[in-house]
Amino acid sequence: MPEDLQHDVLIVGAGLAGMRAAIAARAGGATTAIISKVHPVRSHSNAAQGGINAALLDRGDDWEDHAYDTIKGSDFLGDQDAIEVMCRQAGASLIDMEHMGVTFNRDDEGRLGTRAFGGQRRARTFFVGDFTGQALLHVMFEQLIKSGVQRYEEWFVTSLIMEEGRAAGVIALEIRTGELHVIRAKTVIFATGGCGRLFEPSTNALIVTGDGMGLIYNAGGQLMDMEMVQYHPTTLAGSGVLISEAARGEGAYLRDKDGNRFMEKYAPNMMELASRDVVSRAEQTEINGGNGVDGCVYLDCTHLGESLIMEKLSQIREIGIDLAGADMIREPIPIRPGMHYIMGGIKTDVNGLTNLNGIYAAGECANVSVHGGNRLGANSLLDTIVFGERAGNHAADAVRSIGYADFDSNATLARERRRIQEMLDRPENGDRWGAIRKDMGDSMNRNVAVFRNEEGIQETLGDLHDLRRRYENVPVQNKAKTFNTDLIFALELGYMLDCADTIAVGALERRESRGAQFRVDYPERNDEEWLHHIVLTQGDGGPQVSELPVVITNWTPEERKY
Amino acid sequence: MDVTIRVRRQDPEAVDERRLPYWQDYPVTIADNATVLDALIQIREDDDGTLSLRCSCRSAICGSCAMRINGHAGLACKTIANTVIQDGVITVEPAGVMPVVKDLVVNFDLFWEKIEAVDPYLKHIGREPEGEYIVSNDAMLHLSSVTACIMCGACVSDCTVLEVDPTFLGPAALAKAYRFTADPRDGDDEGVSMERLWALSEPTGIWDCTRCNECVQACPKGVAPMDRIMAMREQAIQAGYDNNNGARHTDAFTESVGHSGRLDELRLPIKSVGMMNLPALMDYMPVAFRAMRRGKMPPIAHKNVDNVEAVRRIFDRTQPEPAAPKVSNNSPFG
Repeated sequence: MPEDLQHDVLIVGAGLAGMRAAIAARAGGATTAIISKVHPVRSHSNAAQGGINAALLDRGDDWEDHAYDTIKGSDFLGDQDAIEVMCRQAGASLIDMEHMGVTFNRDDEGRLGTRAFGGQRRARTFFVGDFTGQALLHVMFEQLIKSGVQRYEEWFVTSLIMEEGRAAGVIALEIRTGELHVIRAKTVIFATGGCGRLFEPSTNALIVTGDGMGLIYNAGGQLMDMEMVQYHPTTLAGSGVLISEAARGEGAYLRDKDGNRFMEKYAPNMMELASRDVVSRAEQTEINGGNGVDGCVYLDCTHLGESLIMEKLSQIREIGIDLAGADMIREPIPIRPGMHYIMGGIKTDVNGLTNLNGIYAAGECANVSVHGGNRLGANSLLDTIVFGERAGNHAADAVRSIGYADFDSNATLARERRRIQEMLDRPENGDRWGAIRKDMGDSMNRNVAVFRNEEGIQETLGDLHDLRRRYENVPVQNKAKTFNTDLIFALELGYMLDCADTIAVGALERRESRGAQFRVDYPERNDEEWLHHIVLTQGDGGPQVSELPVVITNWTPEERKY
Repeated sequence: MDVTIRVRRQDPEAVDERRLPYWQDYPVTIADNATVLDALIQIREDDDGTLSLRCSCRSAICGSCAMRINGHAGLACKTIANTVIQDGVITVEPAGVMPVVKDLVVNFDLFWEKIEAVDPYLKHIGREPEGEYIVSNDAMLHLSSVTACIMCGACVSDCTVLEVDPTFLGPAALAKAYRFTADPRDGDDEGVSMERLWALSEPTGIWDCTRCNECVQACPKGVAPMDRIMAMREQAIQAGYDNNNGARHTDAFTESVGHSGRLDELRLPIKSVGMMNLPALMDYMPVAFRAMRRGKMPPIAHKNVDNVEAVRRIFDRTQPEPAAPKVSNNSPFG
């Protein structure tokens, strides 16, 4: 029997937040490893297109302006202490990334260039064409290589090990060989991304299945504000693939079937650059009112000119051509709101610590909370970099004074092997995971989407109950060890069902309209009763609801208009 | 739309003939605008859970789903099925060069080893500026056309050199290297990446590409790796690294055509390895004997083309001033 693998700090998930955390933890002197179910550069941080926000003082910008825009964008549900931390740190983090080698677009003087983005009064979004996330992710991977952090690529975490009331490590499946391994750790940082695939359609990659949220929730952790689900205003007709907000940032218009710029009615000042929740609701209202075509409205870039599109929007142009057969240089492209991001997640403090001893979270899986009821475009990349680094730093400090938890890894491993084997041994007559996921996605997208009401949410909760029954017998058709994705998808579906429960319960609980949560039956924001976070923990009969106050420092909640 | 997806499968755990590569046909009904990946996902979800492939983003940014479609490498998510159907069939095979793990999944270890071999991170000599580096937007846009690379391995799959010589750094790693040699922030204050260019001029590097252009055609992101390799050859010669087979080959080629209007095939290899390089010249002997035996020996007396003056005039007009060597040809880096 080989020795257990063992690292002071273990990061689960190798997107931007995870890699940033790993680099920080290693630099802080901790033995560090990072584990990811896909190779790091395949991570979903790639999909962030438009840019990363930062208020640079030498451009006459001010972090407090950025903080205010973020707080207003959050519909005052974001914690203002956390937002302050993020916005103060943004400039330094941005320059760090530039020094690491990110090829940011420049202005005429050769300095970092900016573009306008939704919900912000200043252009403070720094960008690399329309593939900023990809550019950052690959540079972060370069730095990860340089850092000497141990990497477990294409390893899938099947269980979190808690011992003596604190983090002890994980059990992971080496996908290529099908072997299970125990990895001991003093602290575990989850940076596993969102859970968008529990909606169908979604802009999210197929790997975005809420693994970390599910693992933490099952271990007694807190999920918070799960009802806050962002529908992005511009996803492509048909495939539902993302078309960056950068298009509107560069000046594109939204038009109804008659060519009218309908945003005049909803956000006369900011127009197409109002916050995402506002624009998505406006589009859905137009579509529902018969002013769309085939469930879509139009994104019109034709007046931007070929050279601007080729320099700054070339990738989304290519996507339009490949997947919708429409060239945005010459014609408007059909778009609609589509599920994109989850503001909610694992409740953490500003250092990434969760309510579980030795467990951290950062990035989309976490809720610090800086996005509250609605995330501003280009604040997600910033969130990953700032809070990934903080979690890594804090974990590296913490492990100096603690040892490894003691447990019998052979017994732990044997239990996990039996659990997996029982899944493989199930009879093959039940619904496969694909059908269950599809039904879940349809139900969520029907009832827990842009517009919600009690009746619909209750229907989905009923659906989820039935789906869980079906899931308990889900067969795994593939019995092999080598690269058995069938088994992994079946495991992921369990996490998605957990997350879906908490989203639906949170949406039912919040009887008001705030940010991305719009209750047709409670159409107003109600600060008297609902200016607080909704916390969900696992109970016997499903998610248990409790509440936490919103942290308010300098900015008093006010009416939100764009 | 009905189509048959013909998948090249292989199962390393099988005890029967499925251990070896075999074809399996999957008839599917897909939407008219479906991608090849949509079809494969449908097969995996609805029909056959034992089919293994990598895929994630569905929009050509994660680089997971490179495979050979009708014999050529590309991204399944970027290939609209109805554009590649041949007699009702689309054939799908794992990417080439890299060994198969299972079905459409290949082992990328070799790919990443090569990426790591080019020191794939910015190396600036001297102090970093306090704020951002001041560089031109054009320089960044040019680099962005290379950092558009998603590391999908399509170029490596179809590289004709790697197929026979696994020591070659290959198109993906060399495009990655160019992303640094062309970065004004990498290397010295002038943005010259001396150390990299020296290392890349060694065997397995920029001079081992045969310019077959397959990588340029395979790349789904327009990175054009071969063009980057050619650009690095120029950078290396400019930096003074011209005392190697590749650079001498280029010189000898130019000199021969410029002088006589045609290639002196007999002297080209001799000049490339160096006139005094006896061991390398001895290595050529078997080739020379085989060529003689088959009547393929180039003429010993090399003749000019008829109107060689016209060729020379063209050369005079196009040749740049020779660059002054900046460094000695020994590595200054130990």
